[in-house]
Amino acid sequence: MSDPRLSAHSPETAPCLMAGEADSAAQADSSTSQDLPHPVCHPGEADLLARVRDGDHLAFAQIYSLHKRRIYSLCLRMVGNVSEAEDLTQEAFLQLHRKIATFRGDSAFSTWLHRLTINVVLMNLRKKGLSLLSMDEAMEPAPQGTPGRSFGALDLTLTGSIDRMALERAVKDLPAGYRIVFVLHDIEGYGHPEIASMLDCSIGNSKSQLHKARLKLRDALRSFSRKEARR
Amino acid sequence: MTEDTKCLNPKSLTCYQFQTRLPELIGYEENLTAHPHLDQCPICGALLADLESISEAAHLLFPIAEPSEGVWEQIESAIEEEQGHLEPEDETE
Repeated sequence: MSDPRLSAHSPETAPCLMAGEADSAAQADSSTSQDLPHPVCHPGEADLLARVRDGDHLAFAQIYSLHKRRIYSLCLRMVGNVSEAEDLTQEAFLQLHRKIATFRGDSAFSTWLHRLTINVVLMNLRKKGLSLLSMDEAMEPAPQGTPGRSFGALDLTLTGSIDRMALERAVKDLPAGYRIVFVLHDIEGYGHPEIASMLDCSIGNSKSQLHKARLKLRDALRSFSRKEARR
Repeated sequence: MTEDTKCLNPKSLTCYQFQTRLPELIGYEENLTAHPHLDQCPICGALLADLESISEAAHLLFPIAEPSEGVWEQIESAIEEEQGHLEPEDETE
């Protein structure tokens, strides 16, 4: 059974930056981010895209104007740094300019561009030598009979009292691997099969990374709550 | 879900076993809050509720933001540079 947030999707060949990524995108399973908050299509976008293919710079400027906020926001969520997010936005649009001819229109342009951007960000993280999978054994449940780090007293539950700003800070502070999986799954709405394909890892690994990310966020939020309570 | 998990009696799971399987269970069971282990374990129930709250709150994070104007200027400049490299050199020079 798949994650209930997943829904059917027509696979789209994303323009990829690494050998094999195009194939893996095309072969990705049918579960993906159909329910993403993407605009389905901007009026006149097909015409604009045709003009961009013909080298119309003004049309490209209009495409940039239509999509810049969503693409920049995606980059910012994934890397947590304004300067880096702007560099990645620039790179994503340059890739778009170079690869626009490979967009076949099988799916929404925004979906295609979204996936292209994710590939740009992942490629950048790999170039920097950052592991796309984080290792943190401290988040494993404690051995039999002893409360683990993730266990908590009932008076410290978060339900109904999550501070959005504190959670945003905690997401930014996550190790890169945890942050990427958390952003892709819980914020962007991708399913584990597609995330596993993007990160070249197993579905189980993707689930494990997400779980550990959420545990780390829980710890961070509880720590924040304790500090607030002391004030 | 692994065979190991299927064979275990959900009611007899310890907290350690339940939490070890939680990443798999979260993606597998539609209504995990009805898991038999949670009937007898408020601590694991609280953990699960917290994780679900974090996941739900994630949708509200990081509202759409605007890149600085310099980004478009750099894109334009990079495109011009790329296209300049593609154009044939002037043989008169």
